[in-house]
Amino acid sequence: MAAISREEVAHLARLSRLAVTDEELDRFAGQLDVILQSVARIGDVAADDIPPTSHSVPLTNVYRDDVVQPSLKQEDVLAGAPDAAEGRFRVPRILDEEE
Amino acid sequence: MSDVTKMTAVQIAGLIASGEASAVEVATAHLDRIAAVDERVHAFLHVDREGALAAAAEVDAKRSRGEELGPLAGVPVAVKDVIATRGVPTTAASKILEGWKPPYDATIVERLRAAGTVSLGKTNMDEFAMGSSTEYSAYGPTNNPWDLGRIPGGSGGGSAASLAAYEAPLAIGTDTGGSIRQPGAVTGTVGAKPTYGGTSRYGLIAFSSSLDTPGPCARTVEDAALLHAAIAGHDPRDSTSIPQPVPDVVAAARRGATGDLTGVKLGLVKEFSGEGAEAGVTAAFRESVEALVKLGAEVVEISCPHFEYALPAYYLIAPSEASSNLARFDSVRYGLRVGDDGNRSLEEVMSLTREAGFGPEVKRRIILGTYALSSGYYDAYYGQAQKVRTLITRDFTKAFEQVDVLISPTTPFVAFPFGSRTSDPYQMYLADLYTIPTNLYGGPAISVPCGLSEGLPVGLQVMAPTMADDRMYRVAAALESAVGTFTPPEL
Repeated sequence: MAAISREEVAHLARLSRLAVTDEELDRFAGQLDVILQSVARIGDVAADDIPPTSHSVPLTNVYRDDVVQPSLKQEDVLAGAPDAAEGRFRVPRILDEEE
Repeated sequence: MSDVTKMTAVQIAGLIASGEASAVEVATAHLDRIAAVDERVHAFLHVDREGALAAAAEVDAKRSRGEELGPLAGVPVAVKDVIATRGVPTTAASKILEGWKPPYDATIVERLRAAGTVSLGKTNMDEFAMGSSTEYSAYGPTNNPWDLGRIPGGSGGGSAASLAAYEAPLAIGTDTGGSIRQPGAVTGTVGAKPTYGGTSRYGLIAFSSSLDTPGPCARTVEDAALLHAAIAGHDPRDSTSIPQPVPDVVAAARRGATGDLTGVKLGLVKEFSGEGAEAGVTAAFRESVEALVKLGAEVVEISCPHFEYALPAYYLIAPSEASSNLARFDSVRYGLRVGDDGNRSLEEVMSLTREAGFGPEVKRRIILGTYALSSGYYDAYYGQAQKVRTLITRDFTKAFEQVDVLISPTTPFVAFPFGSRTSDPYQMYLADLYTIPTNLYGGPAISVPCGLSEGLPVGLQVMAPTMADDRMYRVAAALESAVGTFTPPEL
């Protein structure tokens, strides 16, 4: 049985904001199935009582003094934007017209 | 003056310090070499001729004023394109960042400048550092100087190839699952992944934040150690940077170069010393182990039973983190925007932009990571992978109670021909079989050339405990003193 279906891949692509093509869906579904079948064997490791590791550096809550530092210039930051206006990032509409 | 492009960083720095060559002459020689060969190698995505000559002139001016020069002053360096360089194009080899010029420098770049090194430009890589061959670069692959029909490794294939092609004596890479070490192995160069947290991630375009580690690439172990020392150390701008002094890796490399490993205990990783590797790789590795024994090292076999689960754990953890990190490419603040016709919504434009801007491997990993993090699958995949990470760390900790370092081949196979592993992504992932455990543990590891298999380079990997980076340099330098360095055919 396949570990992942074409429909699931389509759903995940939507969640990931990727407007994938039908041809990509066909290809990715097959490839992701092979990958998932290959990695699924980590389920074989008995690890119920093992704590998870998210990070190799055992640091928590790194604090520093709150000192005012120079920040980037607004014009330098906006220079790399696809679209900017009035000192802001300009974006396509976020809400539908009727909202 | 003989050809400076064939010299080590140590030799170049010596020439500049003594006044036998100017930094501008050295930079020009390397820029000319790039102009002559890079059409065939394609190690660089962007050559910063103007910036390099200006930085070199600054070193020469400093010297003429009698100011003290650091040990790498005037030495050219190539920088992987995943590292932010102010005003210089930085794309991570992705179309989604084509033409982007960062408004700030990575900490590593600041430190390179402070050390007086001369940045030649940005090197090619797999898109967002995802791959083992540079075939996933959106700008075309880099060709291995040993055989232009073969891959230079990845993701940092451009950095490694620039060294093997004598376009640069030093390069910076980043290692998330082997992206410094595997390219080093297949190009006959040295590549070191420092302890995670030992080098700053500030200004790295993030792939997998709990694993990404920038580090040095060079043609000799001593050069790599000097570059390591120049970039490493605590950075308050990286919250996972370790606030401890960096071990003296340069002294360790020099000590190793004397060829004496008396009293050093090496652990041969049982799970990585037999099956799975090409016969030529295994043969070169075994000969190197004998060479290390002749230098006085004691070798014992060590079992690390969970290492076989490192690859599956990595291919759940890294894509999961990537799916989150790459959400920042949303067509709003930088990079590409596609389909903004005045009618489409932000969400539609975002989806069209990401579809057009990301290549196939990046999309596969974003989808895979989104899957592994989704409810219903989280415990079985991401959660289990994190537990396996604990078990792998315990394998390392236990091993280092018995030995000083662990050794293995760096990668199971030599440079493979283009196209031979792209149709089945998992076949590509196997290139990192031996390098990944270290990333999950967080310790340092280095790949050093150890021999040839049918005319192609083989690398040996030395893995050390966290914050004991000096140990791996000592062993690597000792091996180098025994087997020598390897020179590719003339391009």
